[in-house]
Amino acid sequence: MQIHELAERLGWKQLTESDGADREALGCYCGDLLSWVMGRAKADDVWLTVMGNINAIAVATLADVSAIVLVEDAALDADALKRANQQEVAIYTTSLPAYETALQVAAALGA
Amino acid sequence: MSMLQLRYSVPGDDFTRAGEASGDVKHKLKKLGYNPTAIRRVAIAMYEGEINMVIHAGGGEAVVDVDPDKVVIVLTDHGPGIADVSKAMQEGWSTAPDNVRSLGFGAGMGLPNMKKYSDEMTIDSVVGEGTTLRMVVYAQSTKL
Repeated sequence: MQIHELAERLGWKQLTESDGADREALGCYCGDLLSWVMGRAKADDVWLTVMGNINAIAVATLADVSAIVLVEDAALDADALKRANQQEVAIYTTSLPAYETALQVAAALGA
Repeated sequence: MSMLQLRYSVPGDDFTRAGEASGDVKHKLKKLGYNPTAIRRVAIAMYEGEINMVIHAGGGEAVVDVDPDKVVIVLTDHGPGIADVSKAMQEGWSTAPDNVRSLGFGAGMGLPNMKKYSDEMTIDSVVGEGTTLRMVVYAQSTKL
């Protein structure tokens, strides 16, 4: 399922210019330790995290996840937003915790 | 001689700029039409190396040689060196300070990730002099 379609279905709020229109969500990964995410997340996973700093944008780009979803209304730093727009990374936010969000993603993807 | 050689200076103590070199390598490999899985492995392995140089060594130098069949990444720094390489290779073992942990790093996964995503990795480190790390990623590797 395309990221923007998934976001619309689950009511995520878009923070970046990119809505991930060209990206497919194939799975989901939850984590806040950046190297752990790089070691374990797969390409095209939706990444659920509370880490909204500039390094998270680098991780999303290099690990090639399909989008970042900031859970529990976690803040996105201003310089991180700027970098995300430059790198065309799609970032969404939700007030739900990672666990509930992951359950919803799993149901939507038919996992 | 490799088909393409890329050289970068990695600034020390600047986490906002870490990832610029690996991001540029990723971009260039994409333009060359490199295997997407290999690109991802190069990008992650090199970013971990960059972060290590920022955290531990006050920066360093990255030289990337690109050939149709492989990418060779050599990271050189003049930092404190790694006293016990086998310990540093263990997942979860880290000497990163707390301010680095609050950024989401310092989980002790850097070197293990570099080993995981590269096909070959060698570490040459002398305490008090610095570290040279060499990684090779093959375009058609079936490792991951």
